Amino acid sequence: MIHESFSRQAPDSASASAVASDSGWGPLGTLPGNPIMWILIVSELAVFGAALVGYAGARLRDPTGFVAAQDSLDRIAGAVNTAVLLTSGLFAALAVEARRADRRAAGRWLLLTAALLGCVFLGVKGSEYARELAAGHDIDSHPFFMFYYLITGFHALHVVLGLIILAIVAWFDSLENYETGAAFWHMVDLVWIVVFPCLYLMR
Amino acid sequence: MRYESQKIAAWYWYGALLVFALQVTFGLIGGIVYVLPNFLSELLPFHSIRMLHTNALIVWLLLGFFGAAYYLIPEESEREIYSEKLAYIQLAIFMLGGVSAVVGYLFGVTASHGRSYLEQPLWIKFGIIVAALIFLFNISMTVLQGRKTAITNILLLGLWGIAIFFLFSLYNPANLVLDKMYWWYVVHLWVEGVWELVMASILAFLMMKMTGVDREVVEKWVYVIAATALFTGVLGTGHHYYWIGTPSYWQWIGSIFSSLEVVPFFAMVVFCFTMVWKGRRDHPNKAALLWSLGCSVLAFFGAGVWGFLHTLHGVNYYTHGTQVTAAHGHLAFFGAYVCLNLAIMSYAFPHLKNRAPYNQVLNMASFWLLSSGVTFMTVTLTFAGVVQTHLERVNGMSYMDAQSQLGFFYLMRLGAGIVTVVGALLFIYAVLVPRTKEAISPASAATAPAE
Repeated sequence: MIHESFSRQAPDSASASAVASDSGWGPLGTLPGNPIMWILIVSELAVFGAALVGYAGARLRDPTGFVAAQDSLDRIAGAVNTAVLLTSGLFAALAVEARRADRRAAGRWLLLTAALLGCVFLGVKGSEYARELAAGHDIDSHPFFMFYYLITGFHALHVVLGLIILAIVAWFDSLENYETGAAFWHMVDLVWIVVFPCLYLMR
Repeated sequence: MRYESQKIAAWYWYGALLVFALQVTFGLIGGIVYVLPNFLSELLPFHSIRMLHTNALIVWLLLGFFGAAYYLIPEESEREIYSEKLAYIQLAIFMLGGVSAVVGYLFGVTASHGRSYLEQPLWIKFGIIVAALIFLFNISMTVLQGRKTAITNILLLGLWGIAIFFLFSLYNPANLVLDKMYWWYVVHLWVEGVWELVMASILAFLMMKMTGVDREVVEKWVYVIAATALFTGVLGTGHHYYWIGTPSYWQWIGSIFSSLEVVPFFAMVVFCFTMVWKGRRDHPNKAALLWSLGCSVLAFFGAGVWGFLHTLHGVNYYTHGTQVTAAHGHLAFFGAYVCLNLAIMSYAFPHLKNRAPYNQVLNMASFWLLSSGVTFMTVTLTFAGVVQTHLERVNGMSYMDAQSQLGFFYLMRLGAGIVTVVGALLFIYAVLVPRTKEAISPASAATAPAE
């Protein structure tokens, strides 16, 4: 995984120099949005990936304990949140399309919708946390919950950051900003659809 | 030298090289104590030697960074330093504080808490802060009034970060866990955070000058390196929180983020070699180029690979506080920050002294002596650390019994230390002592004019 992030960050191959001559970004220059956002996205995927590998390793040492702890999660709420976040991602993609067609007002409304759905996600997640904490499952109660709180908490922080980014994009609404913001928001989706089955569903 | 005020850098670097010589001398004495435990034990106990060795290191590296900033900011900003007078006042305060601290340590005058690296009495800390404020004011004004480049932006971010995180040295809660937590805010967030930004910008400046690659390309690398350094380094602080009494989730936060700390260092290796490979210019200052490339490679191994070696909490549970840590510390500091300072000095001194690159061969010899000395020391200490880990942490042998098994490694480390000191003195001679001609003229140099 680390290796993968290296190769993507290294615009040093011969084929890259053709692209590099106009943007200087090498292969990153061909991606939509700001290339630094893609560096961030690859870094985030490496971190979430490593966390899930750690989770898998810890689970191997105590499979029954993990299944028991996992059973106390609210799978319905998790599924609802998956649908909410993916729908939000759809609106972000539609917002980029609207901006490409130069429909700036429509783009902003679509971004706002995407952001509102992000808030719904956080609300559902918050109610899940409240219920689990009330049932006595905190970050120190079991290794499963340590990973659960770390991974979903870190993800929720990215939803919050994503909302801030979407607000900034709505304010400074260049096409590049739309693409940059949407790329981050889709990363948040992508991470969730890997995290959700790993933590909530896999037995 | 294009700007008159760049000569400030020379004075900072004279100070830096003086403290560098002191630092390796105390290192050598410490190395002797490992072999002959009673050496100087009445006059200068080991804990004082160690403190002088580590504090002198930090002080001279900082002096080197200040000098580097005063050298490269005028060229980047295309204007003179805002106030030369302030720069010299800052140097005087900093040197006075540094010398007072050293003399104080020799007589056992230290802060009452036992925080390594931060043993300075409070009034010296205030002196350091005053000097830092003068410095930041001076260079920020220069940058604000001049041309803004990615290199100066990232350099300023790093230098401001150094000052801001130093403020945590003033906050020392009675709770020992919180004490250590905030201590790492200084120590870790410096070397694995904001110092990396300084490193990226100085390397970028050197690469741009020596390879002739477009600023546009160099700047993009600087942004990528800075972004990955901060992304991995800030939460990577967690790898110091495993066993100090913090909640156990830090073991995972620390392991995951600090594993990725190798990424910016690897990026710097790829960056430097790519720039040299792409560069059209055949720069005559081979010594500075050697130090720059050596810096990226040795930093990658010392900070990146040797750091990763014991950063996972499952490994660190066994290796914590053994000679493995000492091995990592030596190569990481040398590769990342010593080489960086020596690279910019090798590049700039010929300009500051208005001569063609001189004593190049001696300088390059000092590179190989210093690098092989520190690398051999690192490998020796790594083996010592592995043996120590097994004897102490697996077999349960007591600390001193395990130490008595490591004598041969310490003897070899002393040998490596002697080579290192010789290399350091040779470097100082090579850059400072003028000669009318090269001792040995380098084979294919001087095909393009120096910038």
